[in-house]
Amino acid sequence: MAAPPRTWIGKDIPRLEDPKLLAGRATYVDDVRLPGMLQAAVLRSPHAHARIVRVDASRARAQAGVLAVVTGEDARAMTNPLPAFCAEPVTQYALAVDKVRFAGEAVAAVAAVDRYTAEDAVALLEVEYEPLPALTDPFAAMQPGAPKIHDTLPSNLVFEKTLSFGDVDGDFARARQVIRRRLRWHRASAQPLETAGAVCRYDPLGQRMDVWSNTNMINFVGWLIANTLKVPASKLNLIPMYVGGSFGSKHVLAKVIAIAGMLAKRANRPVKFMEDRVDNLLASENLACDRYYDAELAVNDQGEFTSMRVQVVDDYGAYFQFGHGTHGNALAQVTGPYRIGSVSYSVQCVLTNKCQQGVFRGAGSDAGNFCLERLVDAAAQELGVDRVELRRRNFIHAARFPFKTPVGNVYDSGNYPAVLDRALELAGSTELARMRQEARAQGRYVGIGLATAQQRSVYGPTEFWFWYDTPGLSSAPESVGLSLGPTGEFVATMFSPFWGNSPETVVAQVAAEEFGIDPAQVTVTYEDSQHGLPGAGPGGSRMAVMLTGATVGAARKLKDKLARIVAHQFEAAPEDVVFGDGKAMVRGMPDKSMTYADLGLKAYWFKLNLPPGMESGLEARHTYDHPYLTLPSADRKDLGAFYPIMAHGAHIPVVEVNPETGQVRILRYVAVHDVGTMINPKSLRGQIAGGITQGIGMALYEEYRYDAEGQPLTGSFMDYLLPTAHEVPTFEIGHVETPSPFTEYGVKGGGEGGRMIAPAALASAVEDALAPLGVRIDELPMTPERLADLVETARARR
Amino acid sequence: MPATASTMITVNGVRHELTVEPRWLLVDVLRDTLGLTGTHIGCEHGVCGTCTVLVNGETVRACLMLAIGADGTEVMTVEGLGSADGGLHPLQEAFREAQGLQCGFCTPGMLMIAYELLRANPAPSEAEIREAISANLCRCTGYQGIIEAVSLAAARGAVARAG
Repeated sequence: MAAPPRTWIGKDIPRLEDPKLLAGRATYVDDVRLPGMLQAAVLRSPHAHARIVRVDASRARAQAGVLAVVTGEDARAMTNPLPAFCAEPVTQYALAVDKVRFAGEAVAAVAAVDRYTAEDAVALLEVEYEPLPALTDPFAAMQPGAPKIHDTLPSNLVFEKTLSFGDVDGDFARARQVIRRRLRWHRASAQPLETAGAVCRYDPLGQRMDVWSNTNMINFVGWLIANTLKVPASKLNLIPMYVGGSFGSKHVLAKVIAIAGMLAKRANRPVKFMEDRVDNLLASENLACDRYYDAELAVNDQGEFTSMRVQVVDDYGAYFQFGHGTHGNALAQVTGPYRIGSVSYSVQCVLTNKCQQGVFRGAGSDAGNFCLERLVDAAAQELGVDRVELRRRNFIHAARFPFKTPVGNVYDSGNYPAVLDRALELAGSTELARMRQEARAQGRYVGIGLATAQQRSVYGPTEFWFWYDTPGLSSAPESVGLSLGPTGEFVATMFSPFWGNSPETVVAQVAAEEFGIDPAQVTVTYEDSQHGLPGAGPGGSRMAVMLTGATVGAARKLKDKLARIVAHQFEAAPEDVVFGDGKAMVRGMPDKSMTYADLGLKAYWFKLNLPPGMESGLEARHTYDHPYLTLPSADRKDLGAFYPIMAHGAHIPVVEVNPETGQVRILRYVAVHDVGTMINPKSLRGQIAGGITQGIGMALYEEYRYDAEGQPLTGSFMDYLLPTAHEVPTFEIGHVETPSPFTEYGVKGGGEGGRMIAPAALASAVEDALAPLGVRIDELPMTPERLADLVETARARR
Repeated sequence: MPATASTMITVNGVRHELTVEPRWLLVDVLRDTLGLTGTHIGCEHGVCGTCTVLVNGETVRACLMLAIGADGTEVMTVEGLGSADGGLHPLQEAFREAQGLQCGFCTPGMLMIAYELLRANPAPSEAEIREAISANLCRCTGYQGIIEAVSLAAARGAVARAG
């Protein structure tokens, strides 16, 4: 059945967010200024692992302009530990208590009349440390007898478990061939250009704490932040801010909120703590997973993938903030777009003396895609089968959706061959192959990459706990309020902040579609946590789907009331009332219509003209729950549907590698995505291009490095290299639209796909470029040094 | 207390006589003393370009310049780009149409870079645009929308050539 014609969904309207952002008028957290507000600065540990013997703040306190100093002892007294989404007793305070566990961990904080004075005072803090052995290698850290980073744990191996689905041993025993790879997915970081920050204002009489912060989950984890701050949850108000990029890195931000909150209580004045870039690089919550994979793929006589075994060691750093959530995440699409019948996945989570992992766009599925696509390319090489043909042979057929994967997660819909075909067509694959051949004949190392991978969307919270035996939470809602005022103007309210994407535009386009109005006529606002409805906030590529669902739900409720008013006016049946062209009318009877202005005026000012018993006003609020979430089975042989809105992409980058210098140049980059129904193709393009750019960073430049003592070597943007306009090509982007059967308008999430697929595609391209030398890419980033070494080793082998 | 100095800076056409500490950065004076928070701070070590403003018509990283170093200069920030009644400048309109922004945090700095480029070179090639904006980091867009926005602005003659 063809989709009904749509006016606004799918149209490139200019974003509602843009005018204020372009004019520099949006309020980010660092723009908040309150009367009497102080500024904070933080002293950070120079040691990766040390006991804190003594902190002497007397000189800092005595400095003019300093109003408060807090240390770990204050943190222990004034706050509870930071929220942690794990069951293990890994305790973390905003300021280190008793000992420091990574270089850069906050030890003390100062509030002063301005940031300069605060930093002067930080320099006057005296701390005596007793250094302890630093553990930087997860394999050494997990050995029995290694010094313990947390005394509350039996060892630094904080969690280990294997989940197995289907007849893995049997499938491997029956395999014609087993493809094996040892792969490395290194530590990188989201690094939004806006660092994390908070302004806290405390009223000791009312025990009320107001917080302006760029935290993303204001209507989800507010009560946890209240617990950390030791204020009643009902008296904490989190105020939404415009957020200068998150990419998964600003879910909670309890560290900065707790530091500003403690100082605000101590100084009895509002306090701002805004990380500087060094704070952010050393100690924020935006580090991604850091994995060592041993992976195997079983292939049968027909060249079909039958089973997978994955063993992962993940270096978490010093704390376990989100537990093994990123491995739950990876399981959502561990078998990719392929018909792999069984899988076993073992994880070992290890604590080391580094800043803790948080979340970064991809959230573990990025690493999983890299692992699987490396195996598939390896299989093509070892079987001597064309890698395009091998993928086609193993794709889930378009007719088999909804498709239940071996782990139990469900893929809602898809057409993987169509996406691949479109990518090959856009790339001009035949011509490309000829170009590569000619280049090789000239002694140039040109390679064509390919990755065909999943991009799960709309996370289900069971991923955070199904590795445990006991059950956990199952809510991840999002809400929207819609009102029609007495002048016929629409206002939409959201309960999660702008985090750098296009939530206002999404809500306005959907509301416009529902009511037959122009999206520019919808005013979109944000509500704080004290007036909030449930909203889990941005994360897991969920907002396009969730805001669309919540807006449609609110629109239905509002239309229901409008229809009753119209029906009452014209003595018609409410079910015969339709909406469009700026009005509501009785179907087929244009003379029996009311404009939204008529309806607004009537609903707010003419109570006696409303149907009997109807209350005044026109407002509807809707909380949209996860569209398709089921619980895991008790034996964890079936994890249930937890990430079922499955988008997909195929990337074909073309690169040239200089074998002498190891430099990689990206000549072209083709990306085709299927994220279901597109709401605004141009803003989706921005998501894809920006995501691929972060993937280019991951593949070629970005890497958190530490020395053997745990000292960070990437403490500035001079060392942690983000791609500039010089490092990225013009992306050639295409789309396939396979609507989801489970969401409103068939929308899927598209926020993470670029970064989830690009590293695998670029590894494939570089490996293809260096194929004449037999170089294998098992590790990123493919820095000039690393590639030049690989080339040298390969030549020596020959 | 640290010593202070007086300095005179004209910002977006308005003269300000200011008493500042000699160590205060231009970006902090713009944001904290003058309340012009449209200029953002990204790295404070001169790499990201988020804090870019024009000083006497040339782009400067306001996190690397002391306020006293701007004494006697004319500074332009994003707040000075649009019309007096708050309307967007044609360059900003082009950014909106081409979606040359997402989170908006790097945007004021990118606008300043683009403004400087188009003042000097009204019809830049794509390579010239890339060269110019490569001074600044954007973590959201992948730069493509920004490059298209600058091209669009150039095609429309959005920025008058410097005399």
